[in-house]
Amino acid sequence: MASSLEQSPVVSPVAGEPVRNAALSRPRSRLAASRWPARLDLLQSLSGLLLALFLIAHMFFVSSILISPQAFHTVARFFEGAAFLAEPRPWIVSCVVGVVMALFILHAWLALRKFPASFRQYRIFVEHREQLRHSDTGLWWIQLWTGFALFFLASVHLFGMLTQPALIGPYESADRIWTGNMWPIYLLLLFAVEIHGSIGLYRLALKWGWLQGADPLAARRRLRIARTCFSLFFLGLGLVTLLAYVQLGIAHADRAGERYVPHKAGAKLARQSPAGGLEFALSRRPGE
Amino acid sequence: MSDPRILTLRVLRSSPSEGLAPHWEDFRVEEAEGMTLFIALNEVRETLAPSLQFDFVCRAGICGSCGMLINGRPGLACRALTRDLGPVITLAPLPVFELIGDLSVNTGKWMRGTAERLQTWIHAQAEPDLTALEAPMEPALAEAIYELDRCIECGCCVAGCGTLRMREDFVGAVGLNKIARFRLDPRDTRTDEDLYALIGDDTGVFGCMSLLACHDVCPKGLPLQTQIAFLRRKMARTGL
Repeated sequence: MASSLEQSPVVSPVAGEPVRNAALSRPRSRLAASRWPARLDLLQSLSGLLLALFLIAHMFFVSSILISPQAFHTVARFFEGAAFLAEPRPWIVSCVVGVVMALFILHAWLALRKFPASFRQYRIFVEHREQLRHSDTGLWWIQLWTGFALFFLASVHLFGMLTQPALIGPYESADRIWTGNMWPIYLLLLFAVEIHGSIGLYRLALKWGWLQGADPLAARRRLRIARTCFSLFFLGLGLVTLLAYVQLGIAHADRAGERYVPHKAGAKLARQSPAGGLEFALSRRPGE
Repeated sequence: MSDPRILTLRVLRSSPSEGLAPHWEDFRVEEAEGMTLFIALNEVRETLAPSLQFDFVCRAGICGSCGMLINGRPGLACRALTRDLGPVITLAPLPVFELIGDLSVNTGKWMRGTAERLQTWIHAQAEPDLTALEAPMEPALAEAIYELDRCIECGCCVAGCGTLRMREDFVGAVGLNKIARFRLDPRDTRTDEDLYALIGDDTGVFGCMSLLACHDVCPKGLPLQTQIAFLRRKMARTGL
């Protein structure tokens, strides 16, 4: 005859397999409850949201190269305050990059709390993911690894922009990407950041219950579609944009280091430029 | 009419009390019309392996005793129709819980621990008057409470939670759902501050990484996704 749990003898826990609910009678004082877990959780979400919004704006700004080099030049100078000041001030860009970098470091530090903290946790999660074959569990794993990659890839990019803000321009950026051999970094960065950002926004909406509407399951399906569209659009835009910089970089390789100037003065300056390579560009700043 | 399928039930067997190490064992049964895994397992036990251990009480998805990993996914054996599965079905005990033997685990011990930790009972200021009529409750509120009270503590959400698998002190969806249930109950006088003391940290609602397998594997279709998000919003506001 079949037996139920009630009929089965309850044996002691297996050696090495303790009861894992550490919940057993762990009273916590009401006064001892720290406010910080709530604040850290909010800060993680807020920093991620701000970084994702910056990412979207950033992609549109850099893709202005697809309109024309002049368009990107205008955008780059705009962020140096050209519209408000007598002449562009690249340090303004450094300040913006500094803020983004601070947000990035804060977000990375907060996200570290969620990483597997030991090889045991790592192995358990890998086995769990493979066994469960659940889409959102798998997405978190992708988010974790793309986030890990961003520790390095984004840091390289941010440090470059922080220290050389004047070298953002059609020729300057194209030379950095092609002659400066940065395109592999940017290619990896593009995939890591777009995938991480799209999954992050999707998870933010689920985590806080945004856009759930009357039918949360239908809303989740819509969010999944939006996430896929977001990824595909920005990956596509990013790849085309990177290709445009690579093409420009190849065409400009023999004059690498030459600064871009608007059309009117462009031809004259191009003749005067000694085409002294990337080092030449690195040594110059706007206004020189 | 085609011949019935021969199903292979690949069961992860073990017996800690007898020192039997975990190993896979295959059992073949002929599929019948409307067969559930519960029926198939009973057939195995009656005809092939009398020592096979698995739990059941109600056979109708009400008691939550027959939770197990079905092809790696937590589910109830009594609700899993074999026609929805392939010819080879792997069955393993739910992880996290204390293993009794074969497919039988002690979910009750874990659930009791969670109930004690989260104090999942009505906290009233005054002693209830057992002779007085209960205060009336709006039907909509009663239904909302009942909706969350449908949890049968089968352990599927616990076994499906990647966060809980990594971090054993995480309360899991079952615990958070209970807090959401008692938060709704007007008879429970606990404030959000009180509840924050119970779940306002990384072992509670802020530890949830929103993987949502809990929601997707819950055999009762509980709104865990929305309830956890709701609690997160409330606890974040309380903690600020």
